[in-house]
Amino acid sequence: MNPYPDLHQNSPLLEGLGEANQKVIEVRDLVKKFGNFVANDHLNFDVYKGEIFGFLGANGAGKTTAMKILCGLSAPTSGKVKVAGFDIYKETEKVKRNIGYMSQKFSLYEDLTIAENIRFYSGIYGIKPAERKEKMEKLLKNLDIESARDSLIGSLPLGWKQKLAFSVAIFHDPKIVFLDEPTGGVDPITRRKFWDLIYEASDRGITVFVTTHYMDEAEYCNRVSIMNEGRIEALDTPENLKQKYGAKNMDEVFLKIARNKE
Amino acid sequence: MKTIFYVIQKEFIQVKRNKTMLRMIIMIPMMQMLILVFAATYDLKNVDIFLVDKDLSSTSRELASKLEASPFFTINNSSFNPEEGEKELLRNNDDMVLVIPQGFERNLIREDKACLQLLVNAIDGQAAQLGYSYAASVIRDFNKNIIAEWKGLPEFNPPYQINAVSRFWYNSELEYKWYMAPGVLAILVTLIGLFLSGMSLVKEKEQGTIEQLNVTPIRKIQFLVGKLIPFVVIALFDLSFGLVIAKVVFSLPIVGNLGLVFGFSILYLLGILGLGLFISTVADTQQQVMFVTYFFMMIFILMGGIFTPVDSMPHWAQLMNEANPVFHFMKVMRMVVLKGSNFGDLIHEFVALCILGFTFLSLALIRYRKTA
Repeated sequence: MNPYPDLHQNSPLLEGLGEANQKVIEVRDLVKKFGNFVANDHLNFDVYKGEIFGFLGANGAGKTTAMKILCGLSAPTSGKVKVAGFDIYKETEKVKRNIGYMSQKFSLYEDLTIAENIRFYSGIYGIKPAERKEKMEKLLKNLDIESARDSLIGSLPLGWKQKLAFSVAIFHDPKIVFLDEPTGGVDPITRRKFWDLIYEASDRGITVFVTTHYMDEAEYCNRVSIMNEGRIEALDTPENLKQKYGAKNMDEVFLKIARNKE
Repeated sequence: MKTIFYVIQKEFIQVKRNKTMLRMIIMIPMMQMLILVFAATYDLKNVDIFLVDKDLSSTSRELASKLEASPFFTINNSSFNPEEGEKELLRNNDDMVLVIPQGFERNLIREDKACLQLLVNAIDGQAAQLGYSYAASVIRDFNKNIIAEWKGLPEFNPPYQINAVSRFWYNSELEYKWYMAPGVLAILVTLIGLFLSGMSLVKEKEQGTIEQLNVTPIRKIQFLVGKLIPFVVIALFDLSFGLVIAKVVFSLPIVGNLGLVFGFSILYLLGILGLGLFISTVADTQQQVMFVTYFFMMIFILMGGIFTPVDSMPHWAQLMNEANPVFHFMKVMRMVVLKGSNFGDLIHEFVALCILGFTFLSLALIRYRKTA
């Protein structure tokens, strides 16, 4: 059962989306155990098309584990999971065709140039060369790095790498993009710019599923879920959560939830 | 199919960018062929003899000069004290001590027989035996001459003798370099194949790119085949390079069909690369790959018969060698290159390499999971 049946209707950002209000991720009673350790304890949530869904929690709360299951990188112990309308157990490859992923660990080839990385990943997704070239030009222009197309990824600053990794992750126009702590290790301004890219993707109709432990980033999400010790403790819009916990900002919300547990 | 092309393209670019790798691809065949083939020889040369001539007769001097005249022996030192010789053996300065006792010539004349003592440093049994038998044959010849000289040959009534005339086939001059070269080429192909494939997958793990690939719809087989093909090409390039060096530098006679050599090399490489990929899927770091690969290399190569004939190994070791791809491949290389064996002669090796290749590739394919 969905414990938060009405959430999306309360979400101001989702109002007006009308019938586009469809579920792209459905998670029911998801459990993941590593031996005796329960990393994900009966997770239940839905993510709707076009929203930016924040997946929050302290380190080790089980965020990355859950995300890896949604991406098909890790098999759940039990539970029902549907991503982009496909069953995670039986239709893993179809799921993979419809998602993009950017991991904590930076994942473009350092010894290939920007253009070569894009060529390689588009090749894997079966994007035709002509289409690739056109999209690549747009991408380079958009990121304002046209002059760097033949630079090795390894020679670029981290902020650029992250933007590129994100752009490559959505190059094949997936339905959903999963971002696992995408902005680790960069300054607030670079982070802010990265979020501009996320908004752009969201405007294009790509659902964004993002884990983070920066609470200022949580404010940018349409809805956030807060995980603690493998369980989802809260799930709502940032506004509603702040109201509910009587907090000024998400930082306080997070601390209150964490303290309640102790 | 297109997907495989993109993987191959990527792999080649990565090799091209990796200057160390490029250098190794050129240097390894050169070093191996030019150093290993020359150095790893069993041809017996330079046996140092310590001479203790207590007789100081014309006969004893003649024997000494016979030994000195042989290309294999050098009389390094001499003394009247055999213990001095023993010391030199201990210091590794000499390989043999020849003691000619006092009264050697006199006994030979009076009693028709005399004794010699030969002390051989047998730490390396193989070299010791060879040295001993060479020395013994010099002494035997010397002995025959004495009989002929002193007694005269009964020419009208020669003694019956069986004379075995031996001829060495396929390598008539017993050129050890020719025996070593195909073996070293086999090692070369193994080394390149195993390390390149072993490193490739684990490098993607270390960099985190493997995770990125695992969320793409790329199929396991596409990815692995795309990774294998560039390494097959590189290893075959090195094989050709090594063959050219062997031909030019020590005029290795290539009797057999080169197509057969390359055909078998491809078959062999599929197995070796499969093994490398399998190791790569199990290991988490390049360091682990190095350890495991090195372990396999050592066992495969030392068991495979590059230095020691497999036929002299204990039966169980020979049975184990059936699962050793290097053993089969080295045999094929030597048989085809030196003897000109054809495919019909190599059915056993072909079947064995097919089974091993299939096994290693399947292991890699099963072990590499996109979903953990």
